[in-house]
Amino acid sequence: MSTLSISGLNVFFSTEDGPLHALKDVAFEVPERKIVGIVGESGCGKSTLINAILGLLADNGEVRSGQILFEGSHELTQLSKVEMQNLRGPRISTVFQDPMGALNPVLSVGQQMVNIQYRDDASKAQKAARAVEMLQLVRIPDAESALGRYPHQFSGGMKQRIAIAMALMMEPALLIADEPTTALDATLEVTTIELLKDLQKKIGCSVMFISHHLGVIAELCDDVVVMYAGEVVERGTVRDVFHAPGHPYTRRLLECDPARQTERTRILPTIPGEIPDLRARPQGCVFAARCLQQHLGCDQPQVEQNLGHDHAARCNLADEVSNQEVSA
Amino acid sequence: MLNYAVKRLGLSIAIVSLAMFLLFCMIYLVPGDPASVALGPRATDAMKEALRVKMGLDQPIWVQFWNFFSGAWTGDLGEEVLSGRPVLDVVFEQLPYTLILIAGGITWSVALGIPLGCWAAINRGSFADRLVGILSVAVIAVPSFVVAIYALLIFAVTLQWLPAIGAGEPGDIGDQLVHLILPSLAVGLGWVGYIARMVRASMLEVLEASHIRTARAFGLPDRTITYRYALTIAILPTITLLGVGIGQMLSSAVFAEIVFARPGVGKLVYDAILTRNFPVVTGAVLVTTVIFVLLNLVADLIVGALDPRVRSSF
Amino acid sequence: MSEAASNAPVPQSSEWMRSLKRLLREPLGVFGLALVLLVIFGAVFADFLTQWDPTRINPRVRFEGPSGEHLLGTDQLGRDLLARVLHGGRIALYVALVSTAISLAVGIVLGLIAGYGPRWLDNLMILVFDAMKSFPTVMLALALVTITGPSLTAVILVVILVNVPGYARIVRTQTIAIKTSEFVTAAQSAGASTARILRVHIMPNVIGPLVILASMDIPVVIAIEAGMSFLGLGVRPPTPSWGSILNDGFAQIRETPWIAIAGGIPIIVTTLGFTFLGETLRDVFDPRLKGR
Repeated sequence: MSTLSISGLNVFFSTEDGPLHALKDVAFEVPERKIVGIVGESGCGKSTLINAILGLLADNGEVRSGQILFEGSHELTQLSKVEMQNLRGPRISTVFQDPMGALNPVLSVGQQMVNIQYRDDASKAQKAARAVEMLQLVRIPDAESALGRYPHQFSGGMKQRIAIAMALMMEPALLIADEPTTALDATLEVTTIELLKDLQKKIGCSVMFISHHLGVIAELCDDVVVMYAGEVVERGTVRDVFHAPGHPYTRRLLECDPARQTERTRILPTIPGEIPDLRARPQGCVFAARCLQQHLGCDQPQVEQNLGHDHAARCNLADEVSNQEVSA
Repeated sequence: MLNYAVKRLGLSIAIVSLAMFLLFCMIYLVPGDPASVALGPRATDAMKEALRVKMGLDQPIWVQFWNFFSGAWTGDLGEEVLSGRPVLDVVFEQLPYTLILIAGGITWSVALGIPLGCWAAINRGSFADRLVGILSVAVIAVPSFVVAIYALLIFAVTLQWLPAIGAGEPGDIGDQLVHLILPSLAVGLGWVGYIARMVRASMLEVLEASHIRTARAFGLPDRTITYRYALTIAILPTITLLGVGIGQMLSSAVFAEIVFARPGVGKLVYDAILTRNFPVVTGAVLVTTVIFVLLNLVADLIVGALDPRVRSSF
Repeated sequence: MSEAASNAPVPQSSEWMRSLKRLLREPLGVFGLALVLLVIFGAVFADFLTQWDPTRINPRVRFEGPSGEHLLGTDQLGRDLLARVLHGGRIALYVALVSTAISLAVGIVLGLIAGYGPRWLDNLMILVFDAMKSFPTVMLALALVTITGPSLTAVILVVILVNVPGYARIVRTQTIAIKTSEFVTAAQSAGASTARILRVHIMPNVIGPLVILASMDIPVVIAIEAGMSFLGLGVRPPTPSWGSILNDGFAQIRETPWIAIAGGIPIIVTTLGFTFLGETLRDVFDPRLKGR
């Protein structure tokens, strides 16, 4: 049984210029005790996906169809506001991208960590002890006095570790990490990733790890989901996707990853072009306008092609393309 | 924090000194002779001359300024023309009434303004939000003396729910509070609008902040998020605003005191003008200015004390 | 106009038309505009709208309630209240126009000096503006009138003293912002004189936001005039002013409340009208100023 199983998810936003189709037929699984990476450029629908799972879509957003099945029993799109609120925190918790702004500036770290345990019957002292324990786990020095301090008194990396401590304090079944290391420098990034991996093992939760940093995904994740313009274009194990990418977009992404550059070059390669206007989605492939492997089939609706065990790409040519790749 | 307080205090002293200087310029440079103003049209030249000497008006202007300035800083604001009592005593006698009136005005504006602004922000874009917006603008626009007179007409004269004049029986707090309701409403109503708008705007800003998203992602109840996580931040700018508001409320208090025949500094100055009691006018203006500057200072220091970011950064 | 038009980002006339159209789509703005037009209409055509002379005393009709002959009733001297209200509008609008114009002129000059002059002068002027703003308005008015005696000039003087610091500060801020911008630096290096830079580059950019803010201050000016006249420190009797009508009514509020009502309603209508109009104008023309 998967911790999270999303199928056929369609999310729309109503805008002044008509409906915007932000997520289209999104489907993937987050298996138990696995770390799944979600990768894609900005604007690919990662934030909308998180908000849809958490039930925190903006007022003009709406899940039109699809299922978000959590722990096999909770259908998140059907839950009431209160039921959803009761899952957020104890069962599904989140670490956001911006460590500077993620904590409330006028409440002390201790107050915030005690507040989120509001459902427990434990005494305030017990809750505080729990918070200290978690802060020690994420290696905040002098954890006890840290409780009385305010967020601005910590560095960015420390704040992100505090946010991780808060997220894992309730031992959730699923941790959503939204680019938790993007705002940190390289050394901090490595230590934070290692910390996250350790804690995931200790607690035994599943993690949905959102990043545009392919190196981090390769390092940390078991599975990877590649998103483009609100669609899942490819999914599979990290090994399959990184070594035998089936979708042209995935391949371009991998080519553009600075870590993979073999030749010295002055210009960092990027993918030319822009994401299409989601208010007027193309009939055929969303990536067609920027794709190098144009073909007659590109203006037809794309069907997910199975490329092996749990490896699929949404490109009608995926079979041929990946075979080409292998033979080349 | 101490550093910050000292810096703000220094600035306040500079502003008060400058205000004194400006007041001095106004009195002595604007055409009109304070001595003849004080004595009225029937005074003889000899009487005027005598008073001029007594008031020090025969001395060179810088000596006059120095006397005025040093006197003002040491609390010597001159003497009342008729009784000869020190002006400072006269002003301080009336000051508590005015301060209570302003405190009442602040109570109205905070008690109505913060919930209204908060409510409008939570229901952003709704009919209620628009209504609060329009009402806020409306109460800001209508002058306080019109509010005072209409409140008097409606609630005291026509409906007779509340007393029309005076500050209530001395010693009887309940009676004094009843007498405070209408005048303080006239003083504070406009500020209900200012505060509602300010709270709405800063609430909307805070609710967009990522720490609020974090709080929601931890499933904290909406009430906790609204009141403990957002409002505590959103009301900080309101306190600064209130510091400025006290100056305007001092102005409104003059009208409220006259309309409701309440004792107070405004009434004192008004009566002093009618009786040409000139030193009382300047003395009262100076005292209210100092109070205004001081309360602004206090408002800033309160914000500093409440906001941990400010508290430790100075 | 070659250089000025090409260099300075002055709103184009078509942009103004678009803003005007947006204003007419806002119900609150249209409502405010209607109220303002009503007041202006009443003041301009006062002589045609009523046959009564606002200052004519008629002891036989003292304290008469509203009737077909005197639509709003009469006051303690038997003067027709409608005539006094309509002519009072003239005084209010006159004060608003004259004092706002003078305040703007003085504010612009002082603001330009502070913004363009040396640093020490700027700091000094800012301190003076702050000090001027730290007098409570009414206290300032009371102190001033004690010396000058009550008059229309005193009212205008008070308004100027109240308004100028704010305007000057805005002009100063804008001037400093524009002074360091590219097109002014370019003009300077091309050898343009300070006077020319002020006139051609800085003034056109400063005036737009300033006029909007000044229009939003008109209700305050009207309130100052009415308030001072209410206290007997403004226009002298028998000249009609809304404030003095209100004062006449206040003295008799138990017996003849219609006098106070007649004095208060036009103040409310005018301040609301200008405020609703001003708020909408600001949102339509310059959203950046929102919340000031």
